[in-house]
Amino acid sequence: MQFTIEVNNRSIRAEKGETILSALNRNGIMIPTLCRMAEFTPTGACRMCVVEVEGRDRLVTACSAPVEEWMKIQTHSPRVIRARKTIVELLLANHPDDCLYCERNLDCELQRLADQLQVRERRIRASKIKPRRDQSSPAIVRELSKCILCGRCIRVCEEVITATSIDFMGRGSSTHVGPAMDRDFNFSSCIHCGQCVLVCPTGALHEKHYLSEVQEQLSSDNVIRVIQYSPLVPWALAGELGVKYNRDFDRVLNAVLRKIGFDKVFLSGTGTDILITELADEILRRQESGDKRNLIVSACPAWVKYCEQFYPGLLPILSTLKTPQQISGAIIKSAVLPDDDHQRVYTVSVTPCTAMKFEARRDSMTRKGISDIDTVLTVRELARLIILYGIDVSNIGPEAADEPLALRSSASLMAETAGGITESVIRSLFVKAGNREADRIAAKKLRAAGSFRETTVTAGGGTFSVAVVDGMKGFEKLKQMLDGGTVYDLIEVMACPGGCVNGGGMQPAGSREAVRQRSRFVWQTNDQEAVRGPEQSASVAALYGEVFEECSELADKTLFHTRFDKREVLL
Amino acid sequence: MSKIEEVLSHYMEGHHESLIPILQDIQLAEGYLSEEAIVRIGSFLRMSTTKIYGLATFYDRFRFYPGGRVHLRICHGTTCFINGSSAVITAVREALGIEPGQTTRDGRFSYELTACMGGCNDGPLVMIDGEFRTHVRAEDIPEMITKLKAVADLK
Repeated sequence: MQFTIEVNNRSIRAEKGETILSALNRNGIMIPTLCRMAEFTPTGACRMCVVEVEGRDRLVTACSAPVEEWMKIQTHSPRVIRARKTIVELLLANHPDDCLYCERNLDCELQRLADQLQVRERRIRASKIKPRRDQSSPAIVRELSKCILCGRCIRVCEEVITATSIDFMGRGSSTHVGPAMDRDFNFSSCIHCGQCVLVCPTGALHEKHYLSEVQEQLSSDNVIRVIQYSPLVPWALAGELGVKYNRDFDRVLNAVLRKIGFDKVFLSGTGTDILITELADEILRRQESGDKRNLIVSACPAWVKYCEQFYPGLLPILSTLKTPQQISGAIIKSAVLPDDDHQRVYTVSVTPCTAMKFEARRDSMTRKGISDIDTVLTVRELARLIILYGIDVSNIGPEAADEPLALRSSASLMAETAGGITESVIRSLFVKAGNREADRIAAKKLRAAGSFRETTVTAGGGTFSVAVVDGMKGFEKLKQMLDGGTVYDLIEVMACPGGCVNGGGMQPAGSREAVRQRSRFVWQTNDQEAVRGPEQSASVAALYGEVFEECSELADKTLFHTRFDKREVLL
Repeated sequence: MSKIEEVLSHYMEGHHESLIPILQDIQLAEGYLSEEAIVRIGSFLRMSTTKIYGLATFYDRFRFYPGGRVHLRICHGTTCFINGSSAVITAVREALGIEPGQTTRDGRFSYELTACMGGCNDGPLVMIDGEFRTHVRAEDIPEMITKLKAVADLK
């Protein structure tokens, strides 16, 4: 039902049941918000969105108050603006004045609000919060003095990721956000998904930077510098750098990375192709031997840690295959450029993920004390590196990546969105069965909205049931199905809602619709690309045909597998 | 049965609303909330330890370290302050050589500052192992501590 309300002495249409904020936004009136997150129940905690409602003594929070027919609202009256400005001034009172040195300088919501409300002097003075910087986690850094206690990270961690690794500690002026027992982050149940980083309005939470390490390696002698990047990176990077993306940019990036000083540029997507091939083989092997067991994809390192700490009982049904990044890394350091007395190889991987930073350091991902991937960078970090090295991406011609990890199929790009690995594996099953057309109905079901999706496909002689968990919220449903005795031939779990397109190393999407938009880009690109699956990729053929034969550990595929162990953390 | 299990045996598993009563009982039984206790409560109520710890730190009443054998709670409220609690606090700090929240090295004493305990007529108020001392004066403190040492040694 629609009705008319009066806003700033003009009438606008409002819908029954919506909040004042949504009615205003729909009518072109913007109100600053801080603690609000799209698709979450509003809390009205920060009071940034206050408006004046005639007949009410106190200011009303627009984000949480339902709009009513009798309302006469002032959104930018002097009283309202003064109130909002005071809130920002109070937040700034104990905030460290180090914006110039801050991670989020020029990209900070608090800074933007202070600017919009024209805070030009320090009116309220308070003692500064004692700086406390927690760098213990390999992926996420906490800077407690920059925290404004909006609580967004806490809500994401509890309501979306369900890891509940952080909460408010203490009370009053000593309140802060921290993990259990107020320990450092590395002891906590954090799964490094980085969703908290995406919602933090200030620089209080950010990914751990490894740029100085990369710079050091770029300028040292006798090192072969290798970089690989995930299929989504070129597109995400274009957005980060503010240039228009087109298909050529994928290959422009190769040239850019060589200009920075990397000797070899590889694609992690080739690793994804191998993962998909191996998964399809495993499923077919089980099908042939009548071995009906659940198989959960272990391609999401955040999910793997989640499983290790919360559900160690599921570890036996977790696929032991490494993630694409680690598969590529293992190939590079074992067959392509072995690390030996004559050469030192330094490998960098660029991903849309923060958990990969943690994964690369797992004991089980190293061989003889050497890790397959030395440094993991997020898309944001790579953008900074490119800017730092003064490279004009709009003025560079495309180049091909280096053999033997030079090509990727569109199936590997699909893996960047939730349900994509499953779809790609199904596609491979169809190809192996001699049927070149993938099951469109299955694809439609796997691309539907919702955090848990399942379907059954028939390829060749076999029927395969698959399930996709899109964001940890959907895991509850999967757990119910598994407890009920359902057996899936393939289960894909992605910790971040939407999959890697919404990863912790990407630009914040802001809403579920924006994440879906990114998935649509992936699906569209997938439809346009010629090399549909790993079977058509020349790189995969060359790897299986020649490269793997030269290395016994690759030939018997032991290097593609890892192990997972129960993890003792404070749950 | 450990003290923690004994406390939990009075409650239903998975009922989040029992959290505060359980925390209170465990503090009563053990004197403080150990990490072990918080982890056990977490698995009992199927709650994250982060949530439990976050909630417990909100309340001054909960302690996270073993206190001394004798535990003093000195009122820090407005009326007691007017009646001279600051001098009492200073005297205790000097007599014991520790800050609020700490425990003496010999394990005899610990003390903390609390919000109003509701005895404003009789301040400054000090609670010693659950019993109130009223109208405490700073000059009484050294003697009081000496007497309490004997009490602590008996425990």
